[in-house]
Amino acid sequence: MADSITASATVPIPERVDRRVWVAVFLMLLFALVPLYAWLADDVYVLTYFGRMLIFALAAVGLNLILGFGAMASLGHAMYFGFGAYTVGILSTWGFTNGWLHLSVALVVTVLIAIPVGWIALRTRGMAFIMITLAFAQLFFYVFVSLRAFGGDEGLSLTELSGFGALTGNKYAIYLSLLLTLVLVLWFTHRLVKSRFGLVLRASRHNEPRLNALGTASQPYRLVAYVFSAQICAVAGFFMANLTGFVSPSLMSWLISAEFMVMVLLGGMGTVFGPVIGAAGLLLIEDGLKTVTEHWPLILGPLIVLAVIWLRQGLWGLMAPSGGKAASSADQGDH
Amino acid sequence: MGAAPFEVTGNEPMLLTVDSLVKHYGGLCVTDHVNLSVAQGEIHALIGPNGAGKTTLINQITGAVASDSGRIYLSGQEVTTWSMAKRARAGMSRSYQINALVASFSALENVLLAVQAGRGHNFHFFKPVMQEQQMVQAAHAFLDRVGFGDDRSQRVAALAYGQQRLVEVAMAMATHPRLLLLDEPMAGLGPTESERMIELLDSLRADYGMLLVEHDMQAVFALADRISVLVYGQVLLCDTPANVRVSELVREAYLGDEDLQ
Repeated sequence: MADSITASATVPIPERVDRRVWVAVFLMLLFALVPLYAWLADDVYVLTYFGRMLIFALAAVGLNLILGFGAMASLGHAMYFGFGAYTVGILSTWGFTNGWLHLSVALVVTVLIAIPVGWIALRTRGMAFIMITLAFAQLFFYVFVSLRAFGGDEGLSLTELSGFGALTGNKYAIYLSLLLTLVLVLWFTHRLVKSRFGLVLRASRHNEPRLNALGTASQPYRLVAYVFSAQICAVAGFFMANLTGFVSPSLMSWLISAEFMVMVLLGGMGTVFGPVIGAAGLLLIEDGLKTVTEHWPLILGPLIVLAVIWLRQGLWGLMAPSGGKAASSADQGDH
Repeated sequence: MGAAPFEVTGNEPMLLTVDSLVKHYGGLCVTDHVNLSVAQGEIHALIGPNGAGKTTLINQITGAVASDSGRIYLSGQEVTTWSMAKRARAGMSRSYQINALVASFSALENVLLAVQAGRGHNFHFFKPVMQEQQMVQAAHAFLDRVGFGDDRSQRVAALAYGQQRLVEVAMAMATHPRLLLLDEPMAGLGPTESERMIELLDSLRADYGMLLVEHDMQAVFALADRISVLVYGQVLLCDTPANVRVSELVREAYLGDEDLQ
């Protein structure tokens, strides 16, 4: 992971060996051991449980790409999550079961919708951006609620999952491909934020007028980041449909969008691996509290508020060697 | 365009020509039919009391603020309706009165941002920018040129103000502009830092045309080929430093006796 940065540059950037890299590797290894446990204990449910965690982690990583690195607070990303899931539901209802077809259609549909939605939403900033992304998500939420042919508001149980030959519907295969996808997306994000594109995206978060004054019109870069981010969420939705065998409009509700956002905030905005910690953390805390009391949201709410106030770089920042103050290194992110 | 004491060679158009530019904020006329020009290799200083409209004029020239009327030409090409980014790509570059660096970036990253802005599109998603050897070396060269020290990978927010000021100028240079619009580069600098900044700008005069907004009269008289005096949005006078220095008009309107020995 240690890139040989600035080999011949006059001032080499000091390579910090961040202990958090080991935390990330350890956590991913734990996730990789889940199928082994499931196989030994003959307990497929754990695959669904941890698979759901990975799906949320994937979506949070996607949202973080624009929220954390580009300061675009979208409260509508559940929409793309839903597109991914409904693509599987609708196509298999129509009799198209090829898994690669499902994935391709999900990505294409997402691009076709994310470009105009992003183009409109990105003309605004801050609260207006939040509200416009929310409005679009609600629009599609009600569209899917009214689609009687696909279950309406009650959702749709899938008779057939995305077909991948002998692996179709195999929980182990779904889980492992999901884990692999998450690793690839994390690696992609890690490279992306350090690339020329990433430099522009991160600069747009802090000082957009300067960027424009330098001759780099920021809007196209922000739009491309938005589309990437939407696609990652769509892939997460594609996995959600296959893991649970069920799609419903509730996947697209604003509560899911908010959950993605909380995961990013809790894990660490603008860090590559933070959202994974945030997703795992939030779901574990939720489930832990649920076993204690049925009024668990009463406890969870204040907990999140405190976490966001105290942990400026989230749980990931808390683990930083310098105790969460390393805004610059966190901004770069390490995976 | 008024008298142009600066020697204009042949019939080449001026690097920058501002023709009767106007800007109102409500009832207040902050830029009142301003005419101005900058030739290649010229340092044209723009002075005037606080609130005279100097920064607004820079913002109009760069496109950050839309003008109500008038025209702006860059090497004879009209750019009045162009976006800020397009003007920048055409060869205009500015520095800011108050540092406008990306605070969480290092000095090197800030200058890299400017270097890569001058090198085509940035839709390169996968290769770390620090591995783009040519660009990194170019960024280091600009930092060398402005005399920036060794803290190049530290966050600029943690740097001394004078150092940030140098990064500001390095960024303005790094997009390979023809015209530099410098908004009070001496602001906030100590005496020795000011001396160095004057030397730096003097060493750049061969490569750029410069419009220099500055309050530091020592710097203005040391550097300027021509001086325009802006008062209440109007160009009161445009002349050589020697003539501006003895002008009663300017003395009354702005300078005050103590500023001129």
